[in-house]
Amino acid sequence: MLTASILMPLLGAVAMLTLRRTSEPTQRGVATGIAAVPLLLLIVVWTQFDGNGGFELIEQAPWIPSLGVTYKLGIDGMSLVLAVMSALIFAASTAYPTDLRGRGHEYYAWMLFLEAVSLGVFLALDLFLFYVFFDLSLVGMYFLIGVWGHGNARRAALKFFIYTLAGSLVMLLAILALYLATDPRTFDIPTLIASQPLAGSGLLGALAFWGFAIGLGVKTPLVPVHTWLPPAHVDAPAPASAILAGVLLKLGTYGFIRIMLQMMGEQYQRFAFPLAVIAVVSIVYGALVALGQPNLKRRIAYTSVNHMGYTILGVSACAAAIGLGDRDAQTLALTGAVVEMVAHGLITGALFLISGSIWQRGQSYEIADYGGLAARAPRMTAATVVAAFASLGLPGLAGFIAEFQIFVGTFAVYPWLAGIGLLGVVITAALFLQVLQRMFLGDLPDRWGDWTDVGRVETASLAVLLALVIVIGVYPRWLLSPIESATRAMGG
Amino acid sequence: MDMAAAAGEVVPEIVLLAGAVVVLITALFTPRRLQHHAPWLSLIVIGVAAATTVPQLGAVQRIGFFDTYALDGTAVVGKLIVLAVAAITVGLTTEWFRSDDRAGELQTMLLFATLGAVLLAGAADLMELVLGLLLSSVTGYVLAAYHRQSKESGEAAIKYYLLGALTNALMLVGVVLLFGLGTTTTYPGLSQTLPGADPLGVLAGTGLLLLGMAFKVGAVPVHPWVPDVAEGAPAPAAAFLLTAPKVGGIIAIARIAALLADAPVGWRPAIALIAAATMTLGNLAALWQTDVRRLLGWSAVSQTGYALMAPVALGRSDLAIPSLLLFLAAYAAANLAAFGVVVELRGRTDLADYAGLARTRPWLFTGLVIAFLSMVGIPPLGGFAGKLALFAATIDAGYTWLAVLAVINSVISLAYYARVLGPGYFEPAPGPVPVLGTSAAVATGIAVVATVATGVVAEPLLRTFTDALLLP
Repeated sequence: MLTASILMPLLGAVAMLTLRRTSEPTQRGVATGIAAVPLLLLIVVWTQFDGNGGFELIEQAPWIPSLGVTYKLGIDGMSLVLAVMSALIFAASTAYPTDLRGRGHEYYAWMLFLEAVSLGVFLALDLFLFYVFFDLSLVGMYFLIGVWGHGNARRAALKFFIYTLAGSLVMLLAILALYLATDPRTFDIPTLIASQPLAGSGLLGALAFWGFAIGLGVKTPLVPVHTWLPPAHVDAPAPASAILAGVLLKLGTYGFIRIMLQMMGEQYQRFAFPLAVIAVVSIVYGALVALGQPNLKRRIAYTSVNHMGYTILGVSACAAAIGLGDRDAQTLALTGAVVEMVAHGLITGALFLISGSIWQRGQSYEIADYGGLAARAPRMTAATVVAAFASLGLPGLAGFIAEFQIFVGTFAVYPWLAGIGLLGVVITAALFLQVLQRMFLGDLPDRWGDWTDVGRVETASLAVLLALVIVIGVYPRWLLSPIESATRAMGG
Repeated sequence: MDMAAAAGEVVPEIVLLAGAVVVLITALFTPRRLQHHAPWLSLIVIGVAAATTVPQLGAVQRIGFFDTYALDGTAVVGKLIVLAVAAITVGLTTEWFRSDDRAGELQTMLLFATLGAVLLAGAADLMELVLGLLLSSVTGYVLAAYHRQSKESGEAAIKYYLLGALTNALMLVGVVLLFGLGTTTTYPGLSQTLPGADPLGVLAGTGLLLLGMAFKVGAVPVHPWVPDVAEGAPAPAAAFLLTAPKVGGIIAIARIAALLADAPVGWRPAIALIAAATMTLGNLAALWQTDVRRLLGWSAVSQTGYALMAPVALGRSDLAIPSLLLFLAAYAAANLAAFGVVVELRGRTDLADYAGLARTRPWLFTGLVIAFLSMVGIPPLGGFAGKLALFAATIDAGYTWLAVLAVINSVISLAYYARVLGPGYFEPAPGPVPVLGTSAAVATGIAVVATVATGVVAEPLLRTFTDALLLP
């Protein structure tokens, strides 16, 4: 089942390459159909999921036993919800119309390839396999940005690739340090979690920990290693931006929890405070810089820095709470962090898709170029309003559930940091309200007189994502219970 | 031990030697219109040599041939890699040299050069090492200069030759020194006598020895021939010269390092420094190239630097030898794949000529992407598996700084590989792209498949490599 949800899009990617001569709507239809398969499979997986706190539905086969490498997939509550969320965003993004530059079959092939490897990262229960998928995600995104992006797309693509490759190679060294400390040597994730190979190892443990922090921090992205993100987001085609923000950033935060918190718990407790400070800097800095952006996509991109800051704050607070033995704070903060990952994926995915629709119609991301769009495009406006309010943490929407838990958890261990971090929420509120006001309210400039509202497919894609945002906000139980089953088990 | 039994231990080498002579004689007495059979003959010789090498994999690992020739796993695997390189190179040469009336002699040279590289991998005796080095070098000069009308080809060969003559001569001095100090030339003998010898003399001797080997593998400071040969030599010859001697040479360096294990010289930091300088210089120089073949040459220099990490870890990490062999196999495959694409594109070498290749020649471009990504170390390709094992061995041996430097270098390397791949994928094609022919395409395809295979099915390879010994 899990293997199939990776294999299907992978085979689909190869199949897309044969559809060179078909029309774009056909290509999109086929690709969307394939992209939705993993979503259906994973929903079935969800129905079979027990939630006993451990890894379930394990599928494995020997791969390189000489090195302790196994092909091993499995899920716990956290990876399950993240995988489902990712599959959903991929399905929505694949369906979303964009400028294909006459190379639709390649575009969809890369999308499906990216879906396969992204799901692979969440489902892998072998650190080697995890790394393989993690690195392959770079290749897919590089080509998506480079060919179908706009502006200085190739430069942005290369910057993205080099930054994140550097990060992932630093992480590789840390993985090797972990691996070399095991006996017998293994990359098996459950074993690594159970054995804590680098506990009590002093300098080496610290180096490996910060290796992971840098490698995963680049992907997350945390300040100050976030600078690849704005150009990549601005120049990427909108569906790719949605995937980049919605899914790929989660690979970093997922690693923070799965690897750093779970396999190196002792080190994380030691370094929880500096990481929490970095997280708060990311929150406040990300929000402030976002507020200063005249470009819509850059603005959304920087709010990702801000939101991923919340996530890392939650994870770090959890680590600190484990150190203090505060079980409630620990579970709250960590659950909040995971919910934030899901919520941010859905919300920011939707925001980037909307910005893609705006680009398709106006060929500009400058906020100042627009105004009064609400009159011409009510559905687009409604979607933006929901997404923006969710992003700024309005109660009743998904973002609130996440941020509330993170801040409550953090207050228990780092009250001051939580207080400063709340500033980020205020600034985010300001910057989103400003976007809504300037772009959708006020007078409509003459040149947008024939502005069209979002079409059928766009509406459907956005509606699915935003409906979930509302459902999670109003009735979060179904999402929280699998996540909590995992996060409760993590503190030991 | 009698001569016949000793000869039984070097059957593959005898096959290569005799085969080369047979090919030469056949070429001399064959009319021009039948010369195109020479590559087939050559392939048969290589095939027989490989077939006689394979049984050695399972045999007892020892030093044979009167204590002078290693029959350990490392040597045998090295030999097989070199033979595979030779076979693929034959495929690349057939169409390239079709109009050359010395195609038969070329195959002879190739077989002798293969024998030289094979001897390097197995040499457990200083004189035999010299023999392998000289055989490999002399044939290499000829191969590099094979287009005698071409100015670039001549220039590359002259540079290769002058540097080679100098370092080979210095290496002989080193051999004499070690012979004088150790009173024997066999490695088993030297490993007994060198630890008690004058450390300064041993240092000088091994230093000169390493200099000679550094030339062979293209390591700093005697690397400058590599980009020139890559650019000027006939492309199939360059593919071979940047690959086969390196495989043999790095195994020879590792064997010298194993020999010195108990000797009072600090060879480990020395090789680490050479590795660090080689990978860094190769990468930085590659960044500025506008010529794809020069770029490949510099990249080959940097790859030598990575490979030299394995000898550094020797004796401290049980991953040292498996990582070396895996990396060499993956490197050989990727390097041949990249040069194979160049050959198939009729040697086109200007960076601008690669624009739009993804549209005009999608399969060749895919091969180039796979070769480059493997050299960067992107999973699941062979280069990734090799580098991963190398990094692990180096960290395990306590040389974390070297692993970190290798990581930084890998990141830099991405930038210049992307300079070829970016325009190839993103830009429109200026015009039709002629290709060479079927056999070059097939050879390239095999190399590409091998590049993927060394990564995906690393397990059987690693299992073989894990048992491999490296005997002094």
